Amino acid sequence: MPLVLTQEQEMLRSSATGFLEENAPVKALRKLRDDKDETGFSRALWKEMAQMGWAGIVIGEDHGGVDFGFVGAGLLAEEMGRTLTASPFLSTSLLAATALRKAGTRESQDALLPQIAAGDLVMALAVDEGAKHQPLNTSMAANKSGNGFKLSGEKQFVADGGVADKFIVAARTASVAGDRQGITLFLVDGEAKNLTRERTIMVDSRGAARLKFDGVEVTGEDIIGEVDGGHDILEGVLNVGRAGLAAEMSGAAQKTFEMTVDYLKERQQFGKVIGSFQALQHRAAHLYSELELVKSAVLKSSQELDDNFGIAGPVCALAKAKSGEVAKLAALEAVQMHGGIGMTDEYDVGFYLKRIRVGQEMFGDFAYHADQLAHMRGY
Amino acid sequence: MSDLKAFAAEVREWLEANCPEEMRTPITGDKDICWGGRDFTFQSEAQKVWMERMAAKGWTVPTWPKQYGGAGLSRAEEMVIKKEMKRIGARSPLDSFGIWMLGPALLKFGTEEQKLEHLPPVARGEIRWCQGYSEPGAGSDLASLKAKCEDHADHWLVNGQKVWTSYADVADWIFVLVRTDQNASKHNGISFILVDMASTGVSTKPIKLISGNSPFCETFFDDVKVPKDYGPDISSVVGEVNRGWDVAKYLLTHEREMIGAGGGGMLDSRGPGEIAASAIGLGEDGRLDDPILRGKIAQTEIDGWAFLLTMERMKDEAKAGQNAGIGAKSSMLKYYGTELNKRRYEVLMDVAGSDGLEWEGERSRNGDLAKSWLRTKANSIEGGTSEVQLNIISKRILELPDA
Repeated sequence: MPLVLTQEQEMLRSSATGFLEENAPVKALRKLRDDKDETGFSRALWKEMAQMGWAGIVIGEDHGGVDFGFVGAGLLAEEMGRTLTASPFLSTSLLAATALRKAGTRESQDALLPQIAAGDLVMALAVDEGAKHQPLNTSMAANKSGNGFKLSGEKQFVADGGVADKFIVAARTASVAGDRQGITLFLVDGEAKNLTRERTIMVDSRGAARLKFDGVEVTGEDIIGEVDGGHDILEGVLNVGRAGLAAEMSGAAQKTFEMTVDYLKERQQFGKVIGSFQALQHRAAHLYSELELVKSAVLKSSQELDDNFGIAGPVCALAKAKSGEVAKLAALEAVQMHGGIGMTDEYDVGFYLKRIRVGQEMFGDFAYHADQLAHMRGY
Repeated sequence: MSDLKAFAAEVREWLEANCPEEMRTPITGDKDICWGGRDFTFQSEAQKVWMERMAAKGWTVPTWPKQYGGAGLSRAEEMVIKKEMKRIGARSPLDSFGIWMLGPALLKFGTEEQKLEHLPPVARGEIRWCQGYSEPGAGSDLASLKAKCEDHADHWLVNGQKVWTSYADVADWIFVLVRTDQNASKHNGISFILVDMASTGVSTKPIKLISGNSPFCETFFDDVKVPKDYGPDISSVVGEVNRGWDVAKYLLTHEREMIGAGGGGMLDSRGPGEIAASAIGLGEDGRLDDPILRGKIAQTEIDGWAFLLTMERMKDEAKAGQNAGIGAKSSMLKYYGTELNKRRYEVLMDVAGSDGLEWEGERSRNGDLAKSWLRTKANSIEGGTSEVQLNIISKRILELPDA
């Protein structure tokens, strides 16, 4: 598969750009923050996106989706990154939809996928149990109880977890932290008994949650995939999340960079525009080069998810690691080159800096993925 | 597609029958490279036969038109040949600046007569070319070059000095940038001229580098008479007189892509991580017993992989006709690829430890790694320094203003 977009994909991208610039600019996120919006995103806007097929971008047509593949999904994520659009796209349309489509029961697919595609259902993936992403160390207990299980433990950094109607929860049905075997994925209702959630407003003004399970009851029908065999499904789903976040950060970084270059051409000091100074030119040119590398890794990761889902792990790790580092550099350079104005709340640069920091951390930071890649390569 | 499949089968069969066994082993150094030329000493009969057989097929330069010594093949067909050669580990039959640099320049800017005169001997490995660009006072600021070329009615008279001329001491001909108009602005008085190294007044002096090798020379021109024409309608100047900068710029772009591409290459088919795993050892958890070095290796490998994908993407975009302005993008590839290659060799030296510091003897293959490490330091200087590439990106892509 050549590393270029098809005409159809180009069209999707340009229609997304137009729509988001008009309906979901950074101003919209700023308003959600200032209004202390309880949802964290606009449901009306999400419904509109769903009508354009975005909510069902990786859902099959038999379930009301448009089945446009992960490259298409990556393009949408990238464009949403440019405008910092708040929506449950990642949590629901990428993570939950993939988990259900790849491993859900026929009943759960029929019940949930059409609702996701219609923009009527918000779902969230609950994995992390500590401050760092370590899915293999999942230790939340799922103890056998009657015909089902009882879940006990805590989860954090659950994107959109404050408003999710349903959760997909990784828990341990056997063995101990660190073992691939023994992890099981469960569907849990947001209103389940003995489940408490605390919405955590994050630095990027988007909503996440901490969840507390105190003997939450689930049945065999709530299992996604096989008992004890959830690890590979979870990794597949996480890879989709990583590639999606990488695309989002690529978009956010590109936009941040464009704002910076524009500013370099406009701001005058010492009687000249500061963009004529070589000290700044070379830093900008270096950043340009790094961003080109990110674009390549991001496109390859989503192509690989479309073509070779089962072995897309390494390239998704690459995209996540590289995009995080470069997006961080783009954000830091943006603040520095904007000078004092880059530190003000009034200016948008700070919003990008904050969202990129969250994106870097979610589903594994640079160190996590560098370690994984090194391990896969035998050192 | 099915045509390509049939072609691949044909190539495979031909290579099986014609590539000598000795030419199917990895090259171990510069000495194994076949450069061709009047005075070239073939390392073995096999090397000579291999070059001649490939040249007879036009496969030393597969995409050049047949009348110039090529095979008139498409890029896709060339890829097929490369792939099939790689499959059996076949060495390149012929490498030369004539193929990489002069060929593309003549194909784009040369007249029919010039192409017919100069290209076939390049394709057959009979004439070895070198490139006369940099001067002691014209490095990054190449267009300020001073080598003087005066019009003496029936000939040109060339005086001046070039430096960093790769392999000038063993080359047969040189393509040189000279100043033909002393009064014009600096980009407008330059010409691209072809000179026989055997001409009276041309002399060379190799420069010994930190690696101990001398791939570069100083080249001197003292009252060198260059014919206006090498035959009927075969001008010694390529392109128009005083428009040589256009040719030079085109070739520099070409050269940058080539040097940048080296950034994706590997010294060893094993990556530095794998080498480190055997040299340093793994802990019980299967991780390298040196966590900080391990992190550095991983960082380099991540950037290396993303860079390879970027080269792939640039090629695919060009193929799809999407890459307007590839010229300036080649500066990005050159900058990143060469800096990456330097980083990679620093890491390889870290991995090798004191073994990598041995300079002589069988064990280190006469300081193979150390010499390669030193060689990479030139990557970000030759073909335009990293700083010049960053200037080009700033101006041509980001459109930032001059100081």
